[in-house]
Amino acid sequence: MSIFKPKRHSGIHYSGMNPKGYHPSQIKFYIILLPLSLFMLLPMVFIISHAFKPPDELFAYPPRFFVTNPTIKNFTDLFAKMSNSGVPVSRYLFNSIVITIVTIALSILVSTTAAYALSKKRFRLKQTLFAVNTLALMFVPIAVTIPRFLVIEQLGLMDTFWVHVLPALAMPVGLFLIKQFIDGIPDEIIEAARIDGANDVNIYYQIILPMIKPAIATIAILTFQATWNNADVSSLYINDESLKTFAFYITTLTSTTAGANAVAGQGIAAAASLIMFLPNLIIFLILQSQVMSTMSHSGLK
Amino acid sequence: MVNNSIQRTSKFRLFLAKEGNAYAFISGYALMFIIFIVVPVLLAVLLSFTLFDTIQFPTFIGLKNYVTLLTQDDIFMKYVLPNTIEFAVIVGPGGYLLSFILAWMLAQLPHLPRTILALILYSPSMTSGVAMSVVWLSIFSGDQNGYLNSLMLNYNFIQEPIQWLQSPQYLMPIMIIVTLWSSMGVGFLAMLAGILEINPEMYEAGALDGISNRFQEIIYITIPSMRPQMLFGAVMAIVSTFQAGAIGVTLSGANPTPQYAGQLIVNHIEDYGFLRYEMGYAAAISVVLLLMVLIFARVANSLFGSRE
Repeated sequence: MSIFKPKRHSGIHYSGMNPKGYHPSQIKFYIILLPLSLFMLLPMVFIISHAFKPPDELFAYPPRFFVTNPTIKNFTDLFAKMSNSGVPVSRYLFNSIVITIVTIALSILVSTTAAYALSKKRFRLKQTLFAVNTLALMFVPIAVTIPRFLVIEQLGLMDTFWVHVLPALAMPVGLFLIKQFIDGIPDEIIEAARIDGANDVNIYYQIILPMIKPAIATIAILTFQATWNNADVSSLYINDESLKTFAFYITTLTSTTAGANAVAGQGIAAAASLIMFLPNLIIFLILQSQVMSTMSHSGLK
Repeated sequence: MVNNSIQRTSKFRLFLAKEGNAYAFISGYALMFIIFIVVPVLLAVLLSFTLFDTIQFPTFIGLKNYVTLLTQDDIFMKYVLPNTIEFAVIVGPGGYLLSFILAWMLAQLPHLPRTILALILYSPSMTSGVAMSVVWLSIFSGDQNGYLNSLMLNYNFIQEPIQWLQSPQYLMPIMIIVTLWSSMGVGFLAMLAGILEINPEMYEAGALDGISNRFQEIIYITIPSMRPQMLFGAVMAIVSTFQAGAIGVTLSGANPTPQYAGQLIVNHIEDYGFLRYEMGYAAAISVVLLLMVLIFARVANSLFGSRE
C-alpha cells in the first residue's frame, strides 16, 4: 500500500536532513567524518592504553601507542601512594566525589527554582534579571580570578569545603537552558493547577520538575564537568591538603614546575587521568539523549 | 505620618503577596550570582583604577594602569595582545565553523551513526586540560621518546628530536590544535539540535524558489532558520576560547611561557596578579579581557541576532 502514500521528499529535491535510513548521498559525509572521528579519538584511546602499560612499555624506545601486556599495576601503585604531604590518594578521590555530588544537587535546586520564577512568575524585575543572566553567558570566570579571590577571602571561605561548591552554583548557562526549557511548558497547565488550589511549591515540585527532566540532566552534566575536572579551586583557595581534589592531585603529577618527577610518575599519572576521564564519558553516554532534547531549546534571540 | 507608614507597610504586604514568592524562588541563585559574578566584575573595574599590592589599602590612581598597559607594557603589546588575537581569531571562528560544518554533515546521517559520531566529536570537550595534559605531554615530549618525535625520526622527517613545547615557533600552533580538538562543545550540540529541528518543508519550498545547490541552501535556509542556535553557539565559542587561555602554561609548564610565545592575556593577568602581586594592574588587564569578549559577542550578535 505504501505506493499510494505521498513521499515526504517528493522527488523534486532530496534535502537529506535527519534521514530515516541509508542513502548513497551520505557516503561523502562518512568519508570525511569517519577518519576525522578516528583522529579525534586518538588521544582518548591513548589515555586508556597508556594507563595499562607496564613500566618497560611506558619508556620503551621507540615508544608504542598500544599496550601489549596490560597490567593494573599503575592503578594499585596509585592507590598505595601518598602525596608529598602525606595525604592518601583515595582521600583526594573521596573529596572529589563528595564535592561533585553536593554541587550537582545544589546546582539543580537553585537553577530550577530560579528558572521557574523567571519563566512562569510575574514580577517587576523579571525581564531585567533574565537580561543580566543572558549577558553573563559571556562571562569568562578566569578573567576575574583575582577579585573573586578577594571576595572569597573576605567571606572567610578560604580553606573550607564550601569554596568548592558555592562559586560553581552561579552558572548562567545552566539557568538559561532550564529557563528556555520551562518556557516550552504551556501556561494553561499551571493555571489549571492554580485553580485546583496548588501553590507555587506544589507547582514547582509536582508539575515543573517532572516535566523538565532533560534540562535537569543537562545541567547535571555541565555542573559535573565544571566541578569534577576543577583543579583551580584547590590550588587557589585551599591550603589544607586534605581538602583538595583529585583533579588537583593530577596536576601535581604532571606539572613540571611543581618539581614532580615526570618520569617516575608517568604510569601513575596515566592511571589517574583515566580515572578522571571515564566518569565524564559514562555520565554523558547515559544522559546524551536528554541533553540533545534540551539543546533544541537553547536558541539565543 | 502614622497613616503614611501604615500605608507603606500594607503596600509592602501587597508586594510580598504578589511578588514575594517569585523573589524567594530566585534568591538562592541570585545570591550566588551576585557574590561570585557581579561583585568580582565590579571589584575588577574598581581595582583597575587603583594601585594595590594586597598589603596596603588600594590607592586611587585614575587611568594610570590603563595608560601603562597601552603605552609602557612592551610584553603586552609585543607578545600578549598579538598572541591573544591570533589565538582567538583562529580558535574562535575556526572552532565555530568546524562545529557548524560537522553538525551540518552529522544532521544528514541516520540516527545511530549520527549519535555515535557526535559523541566522539563532543567527548574531547568534556575532558579538562587536567585529564589530557598527560596525553599531550607524552605526544609532544621533547626527547626522542616523545611520540611525535619518534614518529618523525622514524620516517626521517627530522634528524634530531624537537623541543615542541619549549620552542617559541611550535608552542602556539600546538596550543591552537589542542584547543580546536576540544572545541566541539555545548555550542556544537546546540547547533546540531538546531539543524535537526528545521522543518523539511523549508527545503522543499527553497528548491521550488530556485535554490539549486547545497551552499545556497545553507546560506538561505539552514542558517536563517537556526539563527538563535547559531548565536548561542557563537557565544559559547567566544567564552570557551578566552577561557582556554591557560593551555599554554599547562603545556610548557611555565608562566611566562618560553619567550612569551604562548603568553595569552589570561596568563598575563596571572603573572601580574599572583606572581608580582600588582593587583590593580592585573584588574585593569581583566577589564580589557572582559571588554574584548563583549566586542566579539557584539559582532556575533550583529551577525545572528534577531532582526526586528
